[in-house]
Amino acid sequence: MHALLLTGSDIDVMVHGLLKYSFFGHEVWITTTHVSLLFVMLILIVFSIFAGQAIKKGAEVPGTFQNVVELIVEKLDGMVEGTMGKNATKYRNYVGTIFIFILFSNIAGLLGLRSPTADYGVTFPLGVITFTLIRFNQFKYHTPKEIWADMCSPLPPWLPIWFPINVISELAVPVSLSLRLFANILSGTIMMALVYGLLKWFAMIWPAALHVYFDLFSGAIQTYVFCMLTMTYVSNAIGEED
Amino acid sequence: MEFNREFILGCSAIGAGLAVIAGIGPGVGQGIAAGHAAAAVGRNPGAKSSITSTMLLGQAVAETTGLYGLLVAILLLFVKPLFW
Repeated sequence: MHALLLTGSDIDVMVHGLLKYSFFGHEVWITTTHVSLLFVMLILIVFSIFAGQAIKKGAEVPGTFQNVVELIVEKLDGMVEGTMGKNATKYRNYVGTIFIFILFSNIAGLLGLRSPTADYGVTFPLGVITFTLIRFNQFKYHTPKEIWADMCSPLPPWLPIWFPINVISELAVPVSLSLRLFANILSGTIMMALVYGLLKWFAMIWPAALHVYFDLFSGAIQTYVFCMLTMTYVSNAIGEED
Repeated sequence: MEFNREFILGCSAIGAGLAVIAGIGPGVGQGIAAGHAAAAVGRNPGAKSSITSTMLLGQAVAETTGLYGLLVAILLLFVKPLFW
């Protein structure tokens, strides 16, 4: 690691390799990100199994756990429906899934894990999925002529001067989406590592308040923003189809 | 021209400090957004929840440029400059 900040102190914000193996001649590492992702997945899978069983039994008067599950699903569905309108039925599963996944990934810092979303290798695929959804829906609901006219948009379609700029702005969508999530969570991780690394024994108990802001509040806001932007872009790509 | 390691590390630290000046813009922008949201709530208290969520969304989008500055600073500090 770089010697600039870290001489003689134990500030630790980086991703560490844990296990090296060879993948078709490439050197590949199992990192701390994989471990925390596995933990997040384990928590979500166990929760989903129990939630599924609770809903399958489905008592007439719901118990506590069933109530909580129904509340979560209703809130997520309400969020998707409020943003996407009549297109919501197709996307409530996907958006609900990434919402819960990103939320738990951001909160994983509270469990002593390194947040998986503080690794650009996790957030960029999420941005790429959003980009794929946007392009897929654009080609599904619009003719090539409309897309061409849209890409040359401020000028008429026979004068494609703005085309390269529009292409760049379309390609910037997944990059800015993923960098926003990544940089927010990474800055939270670095702040907490600085507090714990520099203050040593003085950092007792009171950093809990910082965790509330950097992990819970910031993580929840960024999750909400990522999902909202995904839904907005996708419903823009679908357009006003009847 | 040859530069030694310490010179480059010092320069990258200065560059990181300059890069986080980018935080000024989002600060001003978020303040303006929050101020207008407060005015909107004062005018129409019934729409408080939707105003709040719109404000948070806009602020998070505005924050991106500041985060790019932060990212550049982090790259300068933690990633080896000039592949050292």
